[in-house]
Formats: sequence, structure tokens, C-alpha cells
Amino acid sequence: MLNTASVLDLIGVSKRFPAPGGRAWLTAIERVSLNVHSGEFVAIVGPSGCGKSTILNLVAGLDRPSEGRILLNQVPVEGPNPSVGFMLQKDLLLPWRTIVHNVEFGLEARAISRAERRERALRELQRCRLSDFAASYPYQLSGGMRQRAALARTLAIEPAIVLLDEPFSSLDAQTKLILQKSFAQTIASSAITTLLITHDLMEAVIMSDRILVMSERPGRIIEEIPVDLPDRDNPMARISAPRAREYVDHLLASLHLQEKAA
Amino acid sequence: MSTSELSGAVERTGALGGEPVARRVEPLSSDHPEAVPSTAPASPTAVLIGSVAFGILFLLAWQFVPPALGVPSYIIPTVSDLAREFGRMAARENLTAHILSTVTIATVGFVIGSLLGAAMGYLLGMSLLLEKVLSPYILGLQIAPKVAFAPLFIMWLGYNAWPKLIVTILVVFFPILVNVLQSMKTVDRDLINLARAYSMSRLQIFWKIEVPASMPALMAGLRIGATLAVIGVTVGELVGGNTGLGYLITFGEGQANTAMVFNAIVLLTLIGIVLYGAVAMLEARVLHYIPRAMR
Repeated sequence: MLNTASVLDLIGVSKRFPAPGGRAWLTAIERVSLNVHSGEFVAIVGPSGCGKSTILNLVAGLDRPSEGRILLNQVPVEGPNPSVGFMLQKDLLLPWRTIVHNVEFGLEARAISRAERRERALRELQRCRLSDFAASYPYQLSGGMRQRAALARTLAIEPAIVLLDEPFSSLDAQTKLILQKSFAQTIASSAITTLLITHDLMEAVIMSDRILVMSERPGRIIEEIPVDLPDRDNPMARISAPRAREYVDHLLASLHLQEKAA
Repeated sequence: MSTSELSGAVERTGALGGEPVARRVEPLSSDHPEAVPSTAPASPTAVLIGSVAFGILFLLAWQFVPPALGVPSYIIPTVSDLAREFGRMAARENLTAHILSTVTIATVGFVIGSLLGAAMGYLLGMSLLLEKVLSPYILGLQIAPKVAFAPLFIMWLGYNAWPKLIVTILVVFFPILVNVLQSMKTVDRDLINLARAYSMSRLQIFWKIEVPASMPALMAGLRIGATLAVIGVTVGELVGGNTGLGYLITFGEGQANTAMVFNAIVLLTLIGIVLYGAVAMLEARVLHYIPRAMR
């Protein structure tokens, strides 16, 4: 089912930041190694401040690792990279642009014609079921629709990998479920390689093929859990599977959340 | 039974009996429905009628109250005095030329001042170093009363249009500079990172993200600038020269012609309103993507 080719490799990656004020250094992540295969959906979970977003910035090429190597399709990442698409909790839609014009945004640094750009944007909107809203402005859309528009923008650049940084965490519970399903369908139907960063354990279980658990800072990968559940394209089916609950319980245990709450 | 209900009862008996118990009435509270004033929004027509009625009432009071109190018309001229004087100014004082002069300098000064202010704001916003080096001086100049420079410009440039224009440019320049600079410094970092991740150049980020993101602040600056432009040109005309409505104010003052001073003030206000209205219309066009309720 899975293609074995590795799309993303992190090999012994560490990232240190100068601590505010002093001469000390803060280690955000330490010797993180991971890989994501073609078409695979990998989730990273961990406590807040464990450096999840640092990983995203490094893979997107917005930041350089202090140690280690990052390979995208076997090529080292050395700066912002057109084959990485990323999405944050904020939709980052430009409020002064229509939805279709927003989707075109990522293509504007490329040497393609205006007409082709528009064509590709409209195709992505169709894939994300937003064709009717192409001419709308972001304020006219609901939070969930805006996130779908952001996904369309992300997919329009045809990235080798999509990085999702808690894309659903600002949505209400019902919208979140609907959107998780919508994203899962889109991602599965096009076999898009995805790395999801989340603190929502259930979200990790119902959406991914594999879960990487990170420790508190300095962030390290402390466990790898393959999710052996059917219906990756339908989180709503997975959420009611009894074994999904078992996975969540397991994650709760490995993050020691029970002890912390006590 | 709550205290407010009791006090309501007290209030009602007080009102009916006419006794001085009203002092004991407690502040209105929400569980006291009869006493809460109606907060239903008035219809727009009712508001318009109210405004017009207030204006007419005000003008009538102006016309009749000062004479009734024995205030002479060289202190407070009546509305009809103003109208008569307006007719005389139009016929004898070359009023159109004065108005045109003021309007032209206010408009040209506003446009140039806005362009320079915005350009400088974007430039400083692009260069952190330049901004840090210059910010104490900008702050100093921003605080300095720009109109006080008017006599200097007259000494340097003579009694012509230039001093007025430069004062107008100067007063418009700073609020726009400051607004644009502030907005450049507060552009969402994540938006910039998104553009960087899409391999956009510095220039592309400027034109595609920073400039549009600064539009609300720029428009707010233009609104302030539009009102300041009229002040700038007026001061310039008050201080020197022989044209413009500001000059008519000093001219009228010299002749103890109060009505002329009043008329010039009214005309200056109208120019300010038109300029402000033009900016508001531009803003509605530029910021069409922001829902009306949030503007």
C-alpha cells in the first residue's frame, strides 16, 4: 500500500536558540530523527513547548538546524523550498484577496502564466469543495471553510509534503470533525504525503498512519506508534472504533498525562 | 423581594404623591424593567429628522437670541448678517479666487504630504536600521508644532504660495508617516513566513503583503491628514500673503468685520468636510474587503 520511498528525512537534528537575555542556549529539539514515506500520514504529538513547531520551521526551510541533516526527496533543505506546503492554526488568508486569488498566492513566485495559475487555483478549489466561493472574500467564509481554502492554497503548489501545524485547533468541536474528514478525504484521494503536528491525541489517532511522540523540552522522539486502523480517509469512522480509544489511552500513558493531572 | 423592587415602589408612590421621596430611589438596575429607558435603535429617518431639526433650531437661536440679549452685530453677527456679508464678499472681495487658492493649496499639500509621508513610512518600515537611527528625530519633529514654522518659510521664500504649501505638507506628513511605519512593524510574521516559504522575494513580500496590510492604517492616517491640511493652509494664509480664506480672516479682523471672519471659518470648515469626505470615499473603495461593521 505504501510506497517505500522516503520523502522527508530528519537525521539527528537539533536546534538551539539563544535564551532571552543571557548567554545560555535553549535546546528546542535534540537529536530528532524521523522519516515520512511517500503517501504516508504521520502525526507528531507532544506537550506544548516541545519543539513541534520548530520541526515545522526547519522542514519549511525558514530556519536552519544547529546539528543534523534534513533531506527532502534525498536533497538537503537549505532554505525556503517550493516543494513544502505548510498550514497553521491561523488560515493566513489575505483578507484583501478573493478566495481564488488567495489560492493563487503560492504560485505567484513561479514562472507560470496568469491563465494557468487561475486554472490550477480553480482545480484546487474544486478538490477542496469550495468552487462556489472562488469570488468571495475571506470574511464571508466560516472558519472551517477558510481552513479548507488554506488547504487549497497549500495544495496548489503541488508540494512533495504538506506540513499541518494544528490546523483544526481554533475550530469548534463539530466543525473540527467535519473538517478532519474533509481534509482526510482530500489527502487520501490524492495520496498526499503529510506531517501533522498536533496536541490533540484523538486527532492524531483518527487521521494518521503513524504517530511520533515527543518529550518535553528539549524535544526528543520517545515513541513511535504505527496506527493499525482501517478508514484513514474517514476519521468519523475511526473515532467510534473501540481501538481508537486504546491508542489514545496508550498515548496518555506515554506522555505521563495522568501523573501530571494528579 | 429585592431592594430595587422596593425602591421602584417608592419611586412610583413618590411620583404619584408628589412628595420629596425621590431622593431615596436607588440607581436603576436591570431587574427593574419599568424604569429602564428604551434602548431600541431609532430608525435612520428619525435620526435624520432629529439632526435637521437641531440644525434649524440652532440657526434660529443664533439669529434671534443675541439681538434679544442686546449683543451688537459686530460682536456676534446674526445668520442673516452672515448671508448678506457672504453676498458682498462674493461680489466685491473676489471670494471665488480666495476659495480656489485655499482649496488648491490644501489639496495639493495634502496629496504631496500624504505621498511623502507614506513613502517615508514604507522606507523606514523596510529598513530597521534607518528606523532606529531616525526615530528620535521623527518623534521630536512629530511633537514640534509644525504650524509655528510658517513665519520661517515666509522669511525664506517670500509672500507667495510656497510657505503655505510647505506648512500644509509638513502637517500632513507626520501622522501618515507614523501610521504607515507602525503598520509595517506590526505585519503578521506568519504571513511574511508564508510568503518566504513560497520563495517570494523581499520586493514581492513588500508589494503583496506589507503594502496591502498597511492600507487600514494608511487610510486612518489620511483621515487625520485631511483635517490637518486645512489647518496647515489656514495658518499659512493667516501669517502671510494676500490670498486665501485665512487671509480673509486677518483682513476681516483688521476691518472689525466679524461677519467676514465667521464666513471664512464656515467656508474653511466646508473645505475640510469635502476633503475628509473624499478620503472616506476612497477608504470605502480600498477597504471594501473589511466588513462594514468592523471598519
